[in-house]
Amino acid sequence: MGGPLGRRDRRPPRRRGRGVSERSELDEVRALIGVRQYEETADFPVERGYLWTSCASVQNANPLFWDDDLATELTDGPIAPPTTLSLWMRPHHWSPGHEGERLALQVHFDMKDRLGLPEAIISENTITFHEPVRPGDLISYAQVLRSVSDEKTTKLGTGRFWVVDVEYTNQRGELVGVESYTAFGYRRGA
Amino acid sequence: MILDQVRPGQELPSLAHDVTATTVVLGALASRDWRPMHHDYDFAVNRNGTKDIFLNTPNQAAWFERYLTDWSGPRGRLGRMTFRMKGSVFPGDTMVLSGTVRAVETDGTGCGWADVDVTLAVAGDPKTTCAARIAIPTSDDDNPWSRRGDRWRP
Repeated sequence: MGGPLGRRDRRPPRRRGRGVSERSELDEVRALIGVRQYEETADFPVERGYLWTSCASVQNANPLFWDDDLATELTDGPIAPPTTLSLWMRPHHWSPGHEGERLALQVHFDMKDRLGLPEAIISENTITFHEPVRPGDLISYAQVLRSVSDEKTTKLGTGRFWVVDVEYTNQRGELVGVESYTAFGYRRGA
Repeated sequence: MILDQVRPGQELPSLAHDVTATTVVLGALASRDWRPMHHDYDFAVNRNGTKDIFLNTPNQAAWFERYLTDWSGPRGRLGRMTFRMKGSVFPGDTMVLSGTVRAVETDGTGCGWADVDVTLAVAGDPKTTCAARIAIPTSDDDNPWSRRGDRWRP
């Protein structure tokens, strides 16, 4: 899965309490549709060294990333390869004061937890590219639940599909890209 | 390349690359993905149960981007990519990227688009598919990168 490795949320995940029906939990989850959650800003600004490391890793000779004159002509200066979108929100492997586990795609894990669905798969992943990311930009993101399906049974088991968007913006608040994850959370068939 | 030169059904030149452990580790670290199954053989085999370390998804996205812009040239501007993961790519594999243009259109703002289905396969077995939408100049003077706001509808 190609999700961003966001920091683990500071709030403890909500658990379905005794006597609270699954119906009301579902209503609460559905009330989160469209709400921006887990907003975070990158640990460091976009830097050109990483752009070249990314190009080198796939031998990408696109002159847009290597020829400054062409970048000035086409894109008004250097830009990041679009597929580096999630790179800027990946935390350092270690940094002072942030020891401990960091989880990917927190809203997804919240959904499993709140709906009581122990298994989940990501069935589809779409990235949409908007305003180019440029060296010096400071990228932020937020996770947004987009939809939760009615209960469905597939060959994996019975559960629900949900869609989580990760919206990336630059320091001017311009949308630079969206990652959209379609997941199926389920209980294994008996 | 301009949009008039693109036709539905057109095949892109294929790209073959011999994957090594270096390919996998460099790709993981270039995308700041520190998870051990992308660099630690012992973890991948004995904890994850895979046959070796394997290419991570963000690095595969970078391979798909490189493949598409090798074809389009630098004025080609990616709008959208949808991935479906079917299997893993390991050191020792020769991965082959191939692509076919599914559709060509000009949208309401005058932006030219090619929808391209790309497959990353090993020994003929598809490992990842990518449905890509890439903006292609409609003339020698057109530059999809100049589009902003309502004029860019990926």
